[in-house]
Amino acid sequence: MNATRIRPMLVKRDRPSLSLKILAPLLALVAATLINLLLHVFMGKDPVAVFHAMILEPFISFPSFSEVLLKTGPLLLIAEGLAIGYRAKVFNIGAEGQFIIGAIFASALPVWYPMATGQWIWPTMLLAGAVGGALWAAITAFWRVRLSANEILVSLMLSLVAAQVLNYLLLGPWKDPNGFNFPQSVMFQYDAMVPLIIPGTRVNASLLIALALALAAYVFMQKSFMGYKLEVGGLAPRAAGYAGFSEGRAIWISLLIGGFAAGLAGAAEVAGPIGQLQRSISTGYGYAAIIVAYLGGLHPIGIIFSSVVMAAIYIGGDNALVSADLPIAAVRVFQGSLLLAYLMAVTFVRYRLAFARPVSEVAA
Amino acid sequence: MATPLLSLRGISKRYGEIRANQAVDLDVAPRSIHAILGENGAGKSTLMKLIYGVETPDGGEMLWEGAPLTLASPAAARRRGIGMVFQHFSLFETLTVIENIRLVVPGQARALVARILELGAEFGLEVDPHAHVHELSVGERQRVEIIRCLMTDPKLLILDEPTSVLPPQSVDKLFETLRRLRDGGISVLFISHKLEEIRAICDRATILRAGRVTGNVDPREHDAHDLARMMIGRDMPDPPPMKPAKPGETVLELIGLNYTPDDPFGMPLKDMALTLRSGEILGIAGISGNGQAELSELISGEIRLPFETREQVQMMGEPAGHLGPAERRKLGFAFVPEDRLGRGAVQGMSLARNSLLTAHPLGLIRRGLIAMGEASEFTRRCIADHDVRTSGPDAEAGGLSGGNLQKFIVGREMMLAPKLFFLAQPTWGVDIGAATAIRQKLVALRDQGVAILVISEEIDELFDICDRIQVLSHGRLSPSLETRQTRPEDIGRYMIGAGAAA
Repeated sequence: MNATRIRPMLVKRDRPSLSLKILAPLLALVAATLINLLLHVFMGKDPVAVFHAMILEPFISFPSFSEVLLKTGPLLLIAEGLAIGYRAKVFNIGAEGQFIIGAIFASALPVWYPMATGQWIWPTMLLAGAVGGALWAAITAFWRVRLSANEILVSLMLSLVAAQVLNYLLLGPWKDPNGFNFPQSVMFQYDAMVPLIIPGTRVNASLLIALALALAAYVFMQKSFMGYKLEVGGLAPRAAGYAGFSEGRAIWISLLIGGFAAGLAGAAEVAGPIGQLQRSISTGYGYAAIIVAYLGGLHPIGIIFSSVVMAAIYIGGDNALVSADLPIAAVRVFQGSLLLAYLMAVTFVRYRLAFARPVSEVAA
Repeated sequence: MATPLLSLRGISKRYGEIRANQAVDLDVAPRSIHAILGENGAGKSTLMKLIYGVETPDGGEMLWEGAPLTLASPAAARRRGIGMVFQHFSLFETLTVIENIRLVVPGQARALVARILELGAEFGLEVDPHAHVHELSVGERQRVEIIRCLMTDPKLLILDEPTSVLPPQSVDKLFETLRRLRDGGISVLFISHKLEEIRAICDRATILRAGRVTGNVDPREHDAHDLARMMIGRDMPDPPPMKPAKPGETVLELIGLNYTPDDPFGMPLKDMALTLRSGEILGIAGISGNGQAELSELISGEIRLPFETREQVQMMGEPAGHLGPAERRKLGFAFVPEDRLGRGAVQGMSLARNSLLTAHPLGLIRRGLIAMGEASEFTRRCIADHDVRTSGPDAEAGGLSGGNLQKFIVGREMMLAPKLFFLAQPTWGVDIGAATAIRQKLVALRDQGVAILVISEEIDELFDICDRIQVLSHGRLSPSLETRQTRPEDIGRYMIGAGAAA
């Protein structure tokens, strides 16, 4: 019995280095890109055209890049909010629902008062949306704290409920009476729109708000005592208990911040590029933002970069749909493979691959 | 000398920068009880893992009855006749003894039962094969573990700190078993850091310090001082001198404390009474698992009592049972928990950020933001005043050795200037030097008028520093015993639940 086999195994690193932490998402991005291009080749598409449309165009053509910036706004907002919770190990997967409810709350004002005018309207809508998102997330927080109901399931299920609430409003009370029976609200008045900041594009002030909140998130997570308490709760729940940091409060704060940010993003979407409430207000921002948060290493500054990348994937996918004849699912596939590649890369930040020495047992 | 049963020649093992074993030589004779003596962190556990096939050595060779030995796994070690009883038992509590044994040993249940009874009679390992493990005492569980090893007919039995879980009375019974095993032809490797035990039972002792062999002697020919010198490189430090206590006002009181944990295998606490006054040290003796974890969480506030029964815990004269840990700290309470990493400190965080955990009220927070300068300064003082060996406040808590991290946590809690200081297992896994330093500091604090409560498994430690001792056994607390008028055997009687009769 002389078995000589080399077994690969993962050995924990003493301390993951910063350069590896930064390298991991970049490597994941490269790997996901290569895998997807390969996939497109197998599907019989022209890889050069796909590469150009998906990867280059979003950055080299200004109209395309302005759309990237437009999509960066909601992704950045939602992901910053989610990351705070994820660091505390409170897994809010329901940003999609909080986004939709935020859009609904914001829309109430122009739907009920379509004739109202004044510069106060759009800021009020954004605030209403943020509050709506936070309220929706509060349902999850309440059941988690009260009954230890798993927040992943509750928040995810509530996203489906939110989508039905939206459907009900658009098919019933909020349907535009002059809208040819389409499930959408009236078009909002001019004062209900967030002001544009780059002339000739659709990029509006909500991007600046998102960037400002990213900086606020940085201060909260890295410098504040509250952020520290949340971090302890995530890293070592028993240490948080020992120090007397309330777990319930951490859950409430995490979910309220996440809901607030997602609701704000939803409001900015209807008060921005869309300009009315309709069924397709979100193209999966709430779910994509989960990937954005992790791709950015749950770090407020990292997330700024990862949200641009994710926005570019959306726009690049749209481009490729038109110019390289790619199916609409290609963007989803890219998002999914990016997350998987990142999770694998992160494993190698924490562990290194080692090969066990061949061991032989001396025959008795 | 006959061919040794097991020989190690120049065995080395390193983990990253740490050389756990360096060029270790060891000869275990047939039919002998051989001690491996060393402090925590001296490399005893690593050496046993190499012998039991859990790890493979980086260098050196092992010989088994004169022939080269390479072990790929514990299963291979068992096939060669090496058995091991770990310090933490690996029995399923919901299963019976025979069911546990059948998981490992093949054979008919009836034949196995007969064999269990036979081994029990032969070696003094009586245990009911049909009893559920959760009904058994710790000593009985240990017997089950030993029987399970013996079922595979080993030639060498490794016991890792077997007495650390036993009351003094049961230790004698274990020793009787070990002697009978030796006389029956089995060699025993006995790992311990308790000098007197080794002198009492072992034929040979190999002493390890910092991964190297520093002595290979017949322990009966050396006194405890000699052995201690080989083990720690200098004389055993004397216990801190104790002036008579001058107890002041009552600081902590448990009045008929009752508690039933949610966990079905937790230990319910029944009708506990305890009074602790300022300027005295009260020790809670007993073996872990008798309600120690529950009691410490009830005193720290990690478990809160319902508002109606809040008076069962009184702190600084106020009902405190319903208060959380932070509120109790505001009253002047500080606490060193039994688990350092993950409870007393956060592994991946720097020491400075770990200071914030409980010391944040000492001006380390300004307007909701962390005052990093102050936190670093606080940490630097803690490191300097408490002899924490580390690179500085930015070192990660997980990178410190157990003893150094414990010194940091004890130091941090002392700097809170508590009126009531509670420590659970303060010297678990801490080297002798650090343990002595901690005990001296506790006695000094007591003399300044601090009330100190210590839960510990080490009876010697409690006798060194406590004014009074109470014994926790099966969720019940014994009456208070004056340390000066108490012998370890008295403590032992309460540990096995026979105290009331005495």
